[in-house]
Amino acid sequence: MNVTISINGEPVSRDVEPRLLLVHFIRETPGLTGTHWGCDTSNCGACVVLMDGEPVKSCTILAAMCEGHEIRTVESLERDGQLDPVQEGFHEMHALHCGFCTPGMLMTGRALLDNNPDPSEEEIRTAISGAICRCTGYKNIVAAIRWAAEQRAADPVAEPASTQEI
Amino acid sequence: MAIVENLPSPTRERPIGFGRLKRKEDARFIRGKGTYLDDIRLPGMVHGAILRSPYAHAKIVSIDTSAALAHPGVAAVVTAKDLETLGLAWMPTISYDTQAVLAGDKVRFQGQEVAFVIATDEYTARDALALIDVEYEPLPAVVNARKALDPDAPLIRDDKEGQRDNLASPTWEAGDEEATDRAFAQADTVVTRDIIYPRCHPAPLETCGIIADFNPETGQLDIYNGNQAPNAHRTVYAHVAGLAEHMIRIRCNDIGGGFGNKVPVYPGYVCAIAGSIVAGVPVKWIEDRSENLMSTGFARDYVMHSEICAKDGKITGLRADVIADHGAFDSTAQPTKFPAGFFHICCGSYDLQAAHVRVKAVYTNKAPGGVAYRCSFRITEAVYLVERMVSALAIEMDVDPIELRMKSFIAPEQFPYETTTGWTYDSGNYAETMKVAMEIAGYDELRREQAEKRARGELMGIGVSFFTEGVGAGPRKHMDILGLAMNDGADLRVHPSGKAVVSISAQTQGQGHETTFAQIVAEELGIPPEDVQVRHGDTDRTPYGLGTYGSRSTPVSGAAVAVVSRRVRDRARLIAATMLETRAEDLAWEKGRWYVKGDPEQGALIEEIAQYAYSGNPMPEGMEGGLDAQVIYDPPNLTYPYGAYIAVVDIDPDTAAVKVRRFIAVDDCGVRINPMIVDGQIHGGLAEGIGIALMEVITFDEEGNCLNGSFMEYLIPTALECPDFELGETVTPCPHHPLGAKGVGESPNVGSPPAIVSAVIDALHESHGVDHIDMPCTPARVWAAMQGRPEPPQ
Repeated sequence: MNVTISINGEPVSRDVEPRLLLVHFIRETPGLTGTHWGCDTSNCGACVVLMDGEPVKSCTILAAMCEGHEIRTVESLERDGQLDPVQEGFHEMHALHCGFCTPGMLMTGRALLDNNPDPSEEEIRTAISGAICRCTGYKNIVAAIRWAAEQRAADPVAEPASTQEI
Repeated sequence: MAIVENLPSPTRERPIGFGRLKRKEDARFIRGKGTYLDDIRLPGMVHGAILRSPYAHAKIVSIDTSAALAHPGVAAVVTAKDLETLGLAWMPTISYDTQAVLAGDKVRFQGQEVAFVIATDEYTARDALALIDVEYEPLPAVVNARKALDPDAPLIRDDKEGQRDNLASPTWEAGDEEATDRAFAQADTVVTRDIIYPRCHPAPLETCGIIADFNPETGQLDIYNGNQAPNAHRTVYAHVAGLAEHMIRIRCNDIGGGFGNKVPVYPGYVCAIAGSIVAGVPVKWIEDRSENLMSTGFARDYVMHSEICAKDGKITGLRADVIADHGAFDSTAQPTKFPAGFFHICCGSYDLQAAHVRVKAVYTNKAPGGVAYRCSFRITEAVYLVERMVSALAIEMDVDPIELRMKSFIAPEQFPYETTTGWTYDSGNYAETMKVAMEIAGYDELRREQAEKRARGELMGIGVSFFTEGVGAGPRKHMDILGLAMNDGADLRVHPSGKAVVSISAQTQGQGHETTFAQIVAEELGIPPEDVQVRHGDTDRTPYGLGTYGSRSTPVSGAAVAVVSRRVRDRARLIAATMLETRAEDLAWEKGRWYVKGDPEQGALIEEIAQYAYSGNPMPEGMEGGLDAQVIYDPPNLTYPYGAYIAVVDIDPDTAAVKVRRFIAVDDCGVRINPMIVDGQIHGGLAEGIGIALMEVITFDEEGNCLNGSFMEYLIPTALECPDFELGETVTPCPHHPLGAKGVGESPNVGSPPAIVSAVIDALHESHGVDHIDMPCTPARVWAAMQGRPEPPQ
């Protein structure tokens, strides 16, 4: 069957088997390998993308179900050379080690801040509790998302600050 | 590195190498532009999948692959018979045992590799697995390590000539048994415990896999594979596959976590290599999560019986009798001379009169492994044992667990300290570190709070551990793995413009080597860390070395980089003397610059010296042009980081759920090159320690079925199970490391489980009489303990 899915604003069409997972579609067809796969049971959250603005685990969704939906992946966060504050926060607060969970965490963090621009530590912990990080112990991920929230709060109108040479 | 005072040079503002430098590698990861194994696609590449045994122990009667072979898209189905013709049916383990690449005669654990399918894509390869017809004749399985040596236990390794029982290796001892007997005879308090460190799994978020690309025209084998020791893997493949080592190139690119799980060579790797050699196209194989949990290197699985004794308020002796469960093949990671790894460091941080350790290793019908999970060769088991025993002793003596430790610590003036089981601890001031932890915790206040809560019937526990680790294997006179000395090379090239490339054999899996190692060169040469490129993860472009595990990167490769930088600096001095028309001994060093003693204005920056070294100008007599050096570093000793950890837990009296409310970790890992990365390593290890103490376990039923084969049953802590960790530090430099640094990555995983378990017992001892519990402290197990039953039903 043929599906057309909007990924990061670009329509992507392909003949797929009905059983093809969205995570594999994203990785194979436009070749966006930032979205990762880490388990078979939808526990790890390495594959989180935004579907119509809501965070979803792309291993729980068939590509065939995504016709007409808007998918956003980690590759969409940086715009015109400007990093998303969440990306900056992860760098500033050392919220990543191996980087494998990072795309899912970034998209989860972005979705949280879109809905709740000033989350508490507890709200952040709850929001990312569907994703596993094996390296950081989460402390700095929580701090990074707070960092992003505070940056936006300090300057709500301006675009994210230049990121120099991150 | 001394800076001369009153120096008018602008070079005084030059950057310091060490400090909280943000990571270079982040740039690609935060954009989703890392290159992990599955991100690599080679032209013509096909995909492998492995058929695995449903039984823990069974004879293979027949394998029929015809239906799978006929399936559209399937290129080949490989079985043990095919591998036998290539001489690849068995492979050596890192413990001098052998392991079946594909099972031929019988299967010995559930999940064992039986057949390898190669197909056009992963979905098709997995479809074909269902079409392979294997007839098994089930055999009784050995699951309980304590029963592995029973006379009627079925023989697992009948493939090994002369093997008559399930003993995996000769029983190994350390320490002085008679002196230990004397210490116990003289003691006034003795405590005995049976302690299990259960089987758990490193479970890095990226599973294991490989792409093998054999070029039949050139004979070159290119391997892409996230492993922790690429150079050592190359040597192993040369032996296993009979290939010339110089025609093998291994590239690691980015690795999504390792924690020891990516140290070994796995059967899937050998299958993919064999497949590529036969098919002449690249073969990719990546395991799924269940394959990772059920078949690759597990950790721990030590069944320990121990006694500890004290006299006059001080710990004096320790005995341990251990059964090590190695699974079906002994592929434990350990240096050759230490069959039980470094377990005999179990005398801990205490000035013991004597200790004795005996370790017996057995085969069972479980997955092979015994590799570390963020652990330096069984130190985790050793620390867990001694720290649990000391806490049990404190309860028996009715003294505070910190007070007993303080009275028994090795004193600062006793370093270097030779332990009763043969270690030479390099440096330490244990009491000071313990005090810092008490201050951060507000220990006395916590005890008051606990007393109040107890009075109200609330269950609050405070647990303490104090660990000493030995990391950075290791000195070639003591240590090798499969005959390979555990030394690391480093190669530093300073280009004419003063920019540098340092090549190392250590293999990051997230530890931030591209930043930390650049900082070491920066510190030693006085050039900005941005000007130093760290090259790693490619055996064609890096020097030989044994890789990253056992917290050895900084102790061994870090030292190698410091030494090679100093060698370049020494060369620069000779060249600077020629440039400045003076004698080398008349030059002094400040960061980034050699200058004339007594005339500091006269000097040459490293970049000026580099430019000169590659120019047409005359070099010092007898010296070739260029500015580079290479070394192989042989550490004179391990480094011995240590730390004081305090856990505060609350237990729900109705559900028995344990919540780690606070965790205080004060680590002393000597000089910290990048304190931000060190803190990050500690956070991560603490989360793993919470997982091991409360959630993570691999168990089996009586037939050897694995009960924790996915993340639905193998529970990993999320942000909700982890508290906001509270860290502190003391700095006691390592006397023999050129930077004074010690390893740290594994300390938090090593030190935290005993603190948490002791906190659980502390919460339940007075009210419920609980004086022992095994990990993981799940609600069911804690509930059972609260009801007076030591073990919950499986």
